[in-house]
Amino acid sequence: MKKLSKSTVSNIITYGIVIIAFIICQAMLSAGAMTRSLRGQLIPICVYIVMAVSLNLTVGVSGELSLGHAGFMSVGAFSGIVASAWLASAFHLENTVVRLILSMIIGGIFAGFAGVIIGIPVLRLQGDYLAIVTLAFGEIIRNVLNCLYISVDGRALHIAFSNPNIPGTVILNGPAGAVGVSKIATFPMAFALILFTLMVVLNLIHSRSGRAIMAIRDSRIAAESVGINITKYKMMAFVTSAVLAGMAGSLYGLNYSTVTASKFKFDTSILVLVFVVLGGIGNIRGSIIAAALLTVLPELLRAFSDYRMLIYAIVLILVMLATNSPVIRSMFDRMTYRRRPGLPEEKQKGGAAE
Amino acid sequence: MTLFLSYLINGISLGSVYAIIALGYTMVYGIAKMLNFAHGDVIMVGAYISFCAMQYLGLPAIVCILMSMAVCTILGILIEGLAYKPLRQAPSLAVLITAIGVSYFLQNMALLIWGSNPKSFASVVRVGSLSLFQGKLLISGETIVTVLANIVIMIALTLFTGKTKVGKAMRAVSEDKGAAELMGINVNATISMTFAIGSALAAIAGVLLCSAYPTLQPTTGSMPGIKAFTAAVFGGIGSIPGAMIGGILLGVIEILGKAYISTELGDAFVFAVLIVVLLVKPTGLLGKKVHEKV
Repeated sequence: MKKLSKSTVSNIITYGIVIIAFIICQAMLSAGAMTRSLRGQLIPICVYIVMAVSLNLTVGVSGELSLGHAGFMSVGAFSGIVASAWLASAFHLENTVVRLILSMIIGGIFAGFAGVIIGIPVLRLQGDYLAIVTLAFGEIIRNVLNCLYISVDGRALHIAFSNPNIPGTVILNGPAGAVGVSKIATFPMAFALILFTLMVVLNLIHSRSGRAIMAIRDSRIAAESVGINITKYKMMAFVTSAVLAGMAGSLYGLNYSTVTASKFKFDTSILVLVFVVLGGIGNIRGSIIAAALLTVLPELLRAFSDYRMLIYAIVLILVMLATNSPVIRSMFDRMTYRRRPGLPEEKQKGGAAE
Repeated sequence: MTLFLSYLINGISLGSVYAIIALGYTMVYGIAKMLNFAHGDVIMVGAYISFCAMQYLGLPAIVCILMSMAVCTILGILIEGLAYKPLRQAPSLAVLITAIGVSYFLQNMALLIWGSNPKSFASVVRVGSLSLFQGKLLISGETIVTVLANIVIMIALTLFTGKTKVGKAMRAVSEDKGAAELMGINVNATISMTFAIGSALAAIAGVLLCSAYPTLQPTTGSMPGIKAFTAAVFGGIGSIPGAMIGGILLGVIEILGKAYISTELGDAFVFAVLIVVLLVKPTGLLGKKVHEKV
């Protein structure tokens, strides 16, 4: 039998972890061994995993610090919600699974479109400037969504700006956000989205394009000099990441009956960035684990009630200090070096400019 | 016309607050090459200290400001020493996340100490308002004091970085850490000093901000923090006059945009202008162009 390559083994482990976690969760659900609050967290956990993996594509693999990832999520969420309501009203599409899938695809397309519009100017900039512009775009998207009114009336879709008087059933109600959303997101679908994301991201990383993207990250000038089209590959990573974030956003939006744009604030972008950094920049498996653990952590800290966010902050600072202290770092590197030869220390430098 | 003037003056006043905050951002960025996201929360702490000093201790306004400056200076040095100093050699993203951790910490600490209910901040300004054009144009005392404070701080900082030994050391460290160390400059002390000055400025900004917009809650600092950061980038991060110009322009654009275009879209407008500026001049208005070496 042909020996599997290292990356294939690593991918199988990643898929394995996700599938096993899903089976355990399903078993716990059917056995009724899960608390109510944890049950409510299942879909958000999946959404954040997808968000973290997709942001890792931008921050870790492509080496661009983005602080506006939640912006794409909100574009996906609201276009997904509108799409779902429109499909239900215009085509009487009652099958929720088909509707969810279509909504997610539409959400992804819209977010990808936003990604293209944002990517063209943004990717000309570097380092901290790129970070601030993505932050600015995230805020602009949120502000614009706050003024958007959309309603559905049979087959017609009414869109208005700063004008709440529109006919039909209101879906998007300006600052009040999306109202009366039919909650069609399901945990198995969320799981399927994670698998889809992993498939896209892992295949991209291990493809010719993925290697080109990483080459640009490691040395832009060297990559350019061997004939790699910088803009094309940067855009590829950025837009793929935006599409996945949009799909995750759709799923997230369709999990609640009301969704406001303030759910996708700068804080949300930062939250996802924290998952990526704590999980290890460029390490997909790390992102998954960090996103799952850190979404559950505030729930687990519920016993500390008022102090939980304080503890969360302290944990965050201490973890960053510990993982970056030279002593622990060298110990950790010695432990993991053999398992991750593809991840030299340089890789950790991705993101903000030095 | 007078309406436009009053918007303009409001804009300059808000912009002056942004400028004072942006100075802290830009100095820290220049010297430590890090985005100190906790800076906005230092503003909030400064405002709370001043609020407490006035409300519970009944101290005079000037003492309140001095007290909040002192507390924020100590806070700034502590944050730098405990959270950022161990990460001097770490990748910049790690430092960024730590700064975010510090920001969460300060916000939640404030939430525990002062609660989530907004406090109404009594203005520290004792200057009366100025009435022009037979009362058609009213300039509030807060505006006068804010703009004056901004000018004084600007001049003082320019003199400080240009003439004094410590200021020169700061510029040297921001230019080249290694070479500065070889010249006998204590790099760590210089960086601490920068954080101290930045935090003291943040305290002033906090008091002035809350005097003009008198609701104080644990998240008060975050949005002005982000805007000031934007202002610093706008003017060219690392440049002191840049922060000043960026801050004032941003304030004016925000107020005029809110007044003439759309109240809800005021912030979006600010960020859109930022993007346009960065596209035309990728290092900000007064930023230095750094050529890439192979």
